[in-house]
Amino acid sequence: MIKKDLVIIGGGSAGMGAALQANKLGIKSILIIEKEDTLGGILNQCIHTGFGLIEYKEELTGPEFLTRLEDKVKEEGIEYKLSSTVLSVSKDKVVTYSNSKEGVREVHAKAIIYAGGCYERNAGEIELGGKRISGIITAGQAQKYLNIYGYLVGKKIVILGSGDIGLIMARRFTLEGAKVICVAELSPYCNGLNRNVVQCLNDFDIPLYLSTTVKEVKGKDHVESVTLVSVDSKGTPIEGTEREIECDTLCLSVGLVPYLGPLNNLDLVKDKAGRIAVNQYKESSLPGLFICGNALHVHDIVDYVVEEAREAAKGAKAYLDNELSSQTETKITYGSNINYVVPQSVATPILTDFTLKFRVRSNLKDVSVYIYNNDTLISKTNYTALIPSQMVMINLKKDKLEEPINLSIKVEERK
Amino acid sequence: MYDVLIIGAGVIGGFIGRDLARYKLKVCVLEKNNDVTSGSSASNSAIIHSGYDPKEGSLKQKFNLLGNPAFDKVCDELDVPFKRVGSLTLATSEDELNSIKDLYKQGQSYKVKVSLLNRQEVKALEPNISDDVLGGLYAPSAAIIDPFSLTNHLFENAIDNGVKLFLNQEVIDISLTSKGSYEVKTKDNLYRSKVVINCAGLYADKVAEMIEDVPWKIIPKKGQYYVIDHSAKPFVNHIIFPTPTLKGKGILVTPTAMGDYLVGPTSDIVDDVDDTSTNSLTGAYIKENASKLIKDIPFKDSIRVFSGVRAASSTGDFIIEGLPTHKTFINVAGIESPGLSSSPAIGDYVVKKLVLPLFPNIKEKPYFNPRVRRYIRFKDLTEKEKEELIKKDPSYGEIVCVCEQISLGEILDLFTRPNPPTSIKAIRKRLELGFGKCQGGFCTPKLVKILASYFKVDMNEINYDNQSSYILKEKVKK
Repeated sequence: MIKKDLVIIGGGSAGMGAALQANKLGIKSILIIEKEDTLGGILNQCIHTGFGLIEYKEELTGPEFLTRLEDKVKEEGIEYKLSSTVLSVSKDKVVTYSNSKEGVREVHAKAIIYAGGCYERNAGEIELGGKRISGIITAGQAQKYLNIYGYLVGKKIVILGSGDIGLIMARRFTLEGAKVICVAELSPYCNGLNRNVVQCLNDFDIPLYLSTTVKEVKGKDHVESVTLVSVDSKGTPIEGTEREIECDTLCLSVGLVPYLGPLNNLDLVKDKAGRIAVNQYKESSLPGLFICGNALHVHDIVDYVVEEAREAAKGAKAYLDNELSSQTETKITYGSNINYVVPQSVATPILTDFTLKFRVRSNLKDVSVYIYNNDTLISKTNYTALIPSQMVMINLKKDKLEEPINLSIKVEERK
Repeated sequence: MYDVLIIGAGVIGGFIGRDLARYKLKVCVLEKNNDVTSGSSASNSAIIHSGYDPKEGSLKQKFNLLGNPAFDKVCDELDVPFKRVGSLTLATSEDELNSIKDLYKQGQSYKVKVSLLNRQEVKALEPNISDDVLGGLYAPSAAIIDPFSLTNHLFENAIDNGVKLFLNQEVIDISLTSKGSYEVKTKDNLYRSKVVINCAGLYADKVAEMIEDVPWKIIPKKGQYYVIDHSAKPFVNHIIFPTPTLKGKGILVTPTAMGDYLVGPTSDIVDDVDDTSTNSLTGAYIKENASKLIKDIPFKDSIRVFSGVRAASSTGDFIIEGLPTHKTFINVAGIESPGLSSSPAIGDYVVKKLVLPLFPNIKEKPYFNPRVRRYIRFKDLTEKEKEELIKKDPSYGEIVCVCEQISLGEILDLFTRPNPPTSIKAIRKRLELGFGKCQGGFCTPKLVKILASYFKVDMNEINYDNQSSYILKEKVKK
C-alpha cells in the first residue's frame, strides 16, 4: 500500500496550483493524479489569450499559463501520474486509481485535495427540444476538435448560450472560415465577460440575441436547422416568435457543472445546486478532503482558480498539522438575490483571513454589499453594477470576526 | 440464393435470425441503418412485463406469457444484464383499486404470479410512494433488461452461427419471381431468397406493400422519457406503473438494468415514423404524472431526454403471419408493447410454426453455439480481478469513459467480435459508454480517435450514427 501525506486529484490549474503551494508549505509527500496524458487540464485547448493578468501580471495563452505551472511542478520534483483515472475515494481516504502501466493501485492519503474540474452542461441536462442527432455539440468539445485535433465541426453554426467558451468559439469558428449565424441566450443578460462580447462577437458582427432559446433541433441524421424562440421574463417561450434558421451545427455553451464522479459514494454535504459544501479552508464535510477550482464552483478566470487552490493547500497543511481538529461550523446565510456563496460555512476558531465568493442572481445596478456577523456590520462595499457572470469577492479579516460567528450577506440597492 | 431473408435488425429480427441459425439454412438480415438496434428496439422502457395485462385471446397475451419466462436462459446465454425486480401497479383512487382487483383476477386466470397489496405493504417495498397511493398489484416476475445488449448480442450470436448481416441496406423493392422466390432490391444490391420475413418495425407496412396490399397500417406512437443518472440517491426499487387506462400503460418509473432510472413514456400518435423529437411540454407532463406515484423524483439528476416510436398496428394486436396467398412472405408487424417481453416467443413461433414447415427436410446444425463470449465489465470486477486483467492486457487499465468507468480494453474487445461498431453510437450502445453525467463530453473525442485509428481513416470520416451523421466537417488549413 502506497502512503502519501497529500493526494491531489486532477492536474489542471487548480491541482498544480494546490501542489505548488503545498510543497512550499513543507508538505512532504505529494502525489498528483491526472486522467489525461498531459498536465494542464482544459487550459491545453484554450489557445486564446487573457490568462495570467493577476498571477503573472501579463497576458498569456492557456498553454503558456499551464506551462509556467507545469515547469514549476517539475522543477520542484512534485510527483505526478498521467493517464491515470481515479476510480474511487473512500471515507478513510484511500484513493484508488487505474492506469495501463501499474494497473489498479490504492494510495492511503492523510489529506486529499479534489481538483477534478467540471463538465459541460449538455443537451440532455437542458432538455433541448427536437432530435438527438449529430451536429449538436458542446463548445468545449468543439474547441478540442478545433484547437487540438485541427477540425471544424461545421460551417454554419448557431451558438446557444453566451458563456465565455461559446463567445471565444464564435471568434475561433469565424477565423477558421465558418459562419457563426448568431449567439442565442436564454437570460436577458450575457453570461460571458464583457471583454469577450466586444472582442469575439461585436468585432465580427455576430449578433447576440438575448431572451432567446432553441425550441427545436431538426434534421434527419445531422442537424439541418434550429428553431429559435423568444422567451418572456420567466424564460417561457412566447408563441408566434419562432424562426427557423438553417445551420449544420448547434454549439452549446450553456454552463459548466463541477465533475464529482469519483466522490459520488462519499455522501458529502452539498448546497442546493449540488456543489460540495466547504468551510473557509475549502474542507468538505469529510475531514481532510478539500475541494478547489472549478470542481468546487465555476470561476470567471483561471487566476482565481490558482488563488483558491493555494487556499485549499493551506487548509490541507493546517489539517495535517492538526489545527482543524476541534473546529465547529456555522452556515453563512444570504439574501434571495444571491445565487450561491463559497464557502458555505465558517469553521471556528478562525485561524486566518479568508475570502467570501458569491454571485448575484440577476443584473443589479448601484448596490451595496453588506456582511454582518450576528447583527454587527463588518464590511460594506459599493458597486456601480453586479452581474451574475461576475464573481464577487470580499476579503474578511480574521481580527474583525469576533466569536460567535454568524455571517450573513446582503446585497441592497443604494438609496 | 438465401433460404431466408430477414428485413430489419431489431429485437424481432434478432430472435428470428438466431433461432434460424440453429438449422442448416442460409440466412441473411438486411438493415437500413448503420447498426443493429437502431429503432424501437433501442428506445423503449427496457422492461419485461409479467403478462397479466394484455386482453384475453390476443397475440399480445399469448406471446407475453410465453416470452417472459424465456428471458433467464436467453440472458444467461447472451450475457445480457437482466434482473427480475418485479412490478408494482399503483392505485390512487377507489376506481383504480377496483381496476387493479380486476387485473389481479385476470393475472390469476393467466397463471401469472400476482398479489394485491395495501398501502402499508406497498410502502414497505417502496418507501417513496406518494401520499395518494392506496394500494398496488405486485407482479414479481416483471423484469428490467438492457435492451441494447439483448439485440446486439442476438446478432453477435446469430452471426457467430452463420447468419449474414448487411447494414446500410434499405429495401426499396421486392418482387416475386416465377419460381416463387423473391428478389429484394436495395440501393446498391439485389438479394435473392426463398423466404422473406418482414421485421421492418416502423416501416413494416411499407415493406409489406412492396409485395401485396395488406389490410393493416403501422400507426407510429411516440413516447418520451427522462433518464436519471445512477449518481442520484436510489429512489425506486421496482418497476412502478400507474393503473392502466384505455389509453395505455401510462407513465412508469423504473430502475434500469444499467443502474440508471427511466421515467416515461408518453403516448402520442405522430405522422412521421422517424419523429424522435422531444419537447418541454411533454417533459412537464411526464414529471407531473410520475410524481403522482413517486415523491421527489430527482429530476435535477436527469441526464437525457429521448423519444422512441412504437410500431403499433391499426389492428391493435401483433400481426404474425404468412401472406394468405404467399406463405413464404411472413409479416411480423405491429410489435409494440409488450413486444420486447414477447420477442423470444415470437422468434420461436415464427421459426417453428411458419418457417420450418416451408423446409420439410431441414436438419439442426450439430455445432450451434448458443452462447456469446463473455463480456468483461471492468467496473464490476474486484480489485484483484482488475489487477490480473491489466497485467494480461494493459489496455484495461486505461479508462476512456470516466463517468461509467469503461476501459480502452473493453472498446478494443468489440473489434474482435462479429458486427464490430463503426460509429460512436454503436460503441455507446454496446458499452453504455457516454451514458453518464457528461453524456460523452469527455470521451467522444477519444472515441473518434480510436475509431479512426482502428479503421485507418481520417477522423472526419467517423460518423456519430448513420452514414451521413458526421462529427467533424473538415480539416482546417495548416
